[in-house]
Amino acid sequence: MIEWAPIILSFKLAGITTILLLIVAIPLAYWLSHTNSLLKPIIETLVSMPLVLPPTVLGFYLLMAFSPANAIGEFLDQTFDLRIVFSFEGLVFASIIYSLPFMVHPIQSGFNNLPQSLSEASFVLGKSRVATLFKILLPNIRSSLLTGIVLTFAHTIGEFGVVLMIGGNIPDKTRVASIAIYDEVESLNYATANIYSVILFAITFSILLTVYITNGGYIKRIWK
Amino acid sequence: MIEIELSKILDTTGGKMELDISIQVPQYSLATIYGESGAGKTSILRMISGLMLPDSGRILVNNLAWFDESKRINLKPQKRKTGFVFQDYALFPNMTVEENLSYALAKGQDRGIIAELLDIIELQRLKDRKADTLSGGQKQRVSLARALVRKPEVLLLDEPLSALDEAIRSKLQDYILRVHEKYKLTTILVSHDLAEIFKLSDRIFVLKRGQVQKSGTPSEIFLSNKISGKYRFTGTIIEKSINDVVAVIGVLVGNNLIKVIATEEEADALNLGDKVMVVSKAFNPLILKINND
Repeated sequence: MIEWAPIILSFKLAGITTILLLIVAIPLAYWLSHTNSLLKPIIETLVSMPLVLPPTVLGFYLLMAFSPANAIGEFLDQTFDLRIVFSFEGLVFASIIYSLPFMVHPIQSGFNNLPQSLSEASFVLGKSRVATLFKILLPNIRSSLLTGIVLTFAHTIGEFGVVLMIGGNIPDKTRVASIAIYDEVESLNYATANIYSVILFAITFSILLTVYITNGGYIKRIWK
Repeated sequence: MIEIELSKILDTTGGKMELDISIQVPQYSLATIYGESGAGKTSILRMISGLMLPDSGRILVNNLAWFDESKRINLKPQKRKTGFVFQDYALFPNMTVEENLSYALAKGQDRGIIAELLDIIELQRLKDRKADTLSGGQKQRVSLARALVRKPEVLLLDEPLSALDEAIRSKLQDYILRVHEKYKLTTILVSHDLAEIFKLSDRIFVLKRGQVQKSGTPSEIFLSNKISGKYRFTGTIIEKSINDVVAVIGVLVGNNLIKVIATEEEADALNLGDKVMVVSKAFNPLILKINND
């Protein structure tokens, strides 16, 4: 029988990352789609970097930065008793950075595609920016939000390099499904590796399929 | 009284243009800003509503400063009492007709106004429909009603009817007149449809390249000679036929085709598509061309 822990850990990591990233990405995407600041191209570039950078580069620098032997890592360790490297918290932190473009881009383009007059109409009707964001803008970019959520979730499940660099392979802490598969193959346990792979394949396939069915309006067509 | 003195350098497709105007709109009047596209009409409405920041000047509405560059006053759009009807309607697609209206309610405001407005625009029946399932004319009515929920002092209409066909347009003009009178609004309309201007407005500002060229009543501006007619309406010439003795000119006024007799010389001066005004004077109706340049 296989161990379920790595699979559960993978989904826990993906779930937490997705929720935190949603909270971070909405204001960031809103700012990016509304600002004329000179900082905008720099921030946009940084957000997109994980798309092109090998995950090992990101993992390497995170490892260096947060190692308790260095200033930042030492500070976090002593002040908050928080250790980023080789811990689950570290995996969450690295995943947020690594999946940032997958959440920010769809939401940003959702905001950009809404006509400007929608927010302006809301302002003239006496509503604040925050009220406008939650009652007008976000409800009208639901499919972009869903795309962002699903891509982030799926992408986090599929993480390997960055997790291996900063998290290592500690059972129940940092050994997620993708690492477990690698580990089993290394030990020539092809059968176990195969089971993990099939499970990952099936689950991610169903998640994506659900999204495409919902977003494509297929359910509505069948129910009518 | 609304006093508007504004200047701003605008980036237009034809390069930089200076908008510099000083106009006064009496309370309860329905004024039109008329001019070709790119003259800065919409920018004026956006500056009145606070959506665009002027470089300098001031906006006084019934002696209250909404904007005054010298005193550093600049009320947010939320604090200005304007109703804005956008050219693209700007209805919230995630809401029904009724929800679009109730979204506009101020905190603690009586909901009675919603039913009242739905009655006026005759959309009670469609109140539970999602906004984006409506026709253009219906959307425009919702947009007009939504702009009135907060009982604005100034109603701003940005070419509200330009995307609609003639019959619906005429009906919507009636709605605009009705609410303008019922709610004692001061309304500023941006339009380039002469028939619409004659029907709706009592004052007109002709804007050209950012400057007000002329202002006055529509007949002062568009009719070269003054006439005191018993009745008069504006329309477009859609047919012209010359019989043995007289010419018969078909003028489309709203939905009605009116045939007017003219002499051959008069008929020669008129072309199909001309905007004209038909006036009764003495015996025969007179037909006068409207200059719009």
